[in-house]
Amino acid sequence: MDSFFLSIGVTLCIMMLLALYRAISGPTAIDRIMGVNVIGTKTTILLVLIGTLYHRVDMFVDIALAYALLNFIVTIGASRYFQHHKNLKARGYGYRFRAEEDK
Amino acid sequence: MNIVIICLVVSGLFFFFATTVGLLRFPDFYSRMHAAGKGDTLSSLLMLGGLALYEFHEINIATILVGAKILLIVVFIFMASPTATHAITDAGFESGVKPWQKEKTEEQG
Repeated sequence: MDSFFLSIGVTLCIMMLLALYRAISGPTAIDRIMGVNVIGTKTTILLVLIGTLYHRVDMFVDIALAYALLNFIVTIGASRYFQHHKNLKARGYGYRFRAEEDK
Repeated sequence: MNIVIICLVVSGLFFFFATTVGLLRFPDFYSRMHAAGKGDTLSSLLMLGGLALYEFHEINIATILVGAKILLIVVFIFMASPTATHAITDAGFESGVKPWQKEKTEEQG
């Protein structure tokens, strides 16, 4: 059962790396907030998985709960900050060359 | 018991995979947000439910407390994740992100 949970955790880490692509090269700022939110939810579950692997879930479940609270507050605060930015520009690594093509 | 746990965790992993694929492949901010919000919530329920069941393999007061805390995380994610999704989508709508349309892709850039 331990190797099963280990493989599930490694697969979750790979999916977090894939979601990190959206968090780095999202066209607008709110796409990046969305990517960070998805990574945070995956991290909450990964913490409980790590606790199951170490047979210390009673310690890791508190960390996971605190991480879920922190992730929620970060998402709410960042999205309130960007709420009234008119004309969010699509900028970033993936869009540097595409903007030149549009001109 | 183990078969139920494996089914729950693997189906949760499948929905996380669907979330990641939707996050990478959808053309629009709103559709990406839809994939991220729903998939995260459901797969959190499935995976944490499977882990809480694994915690109940022997019943005493400590494992019941830990399982109740894991289910508390599930309840919190069920309240927090749709609220966060709504907040991000509202921020995108208020700041003028245009929805993707099939015919007018060249005009809207």
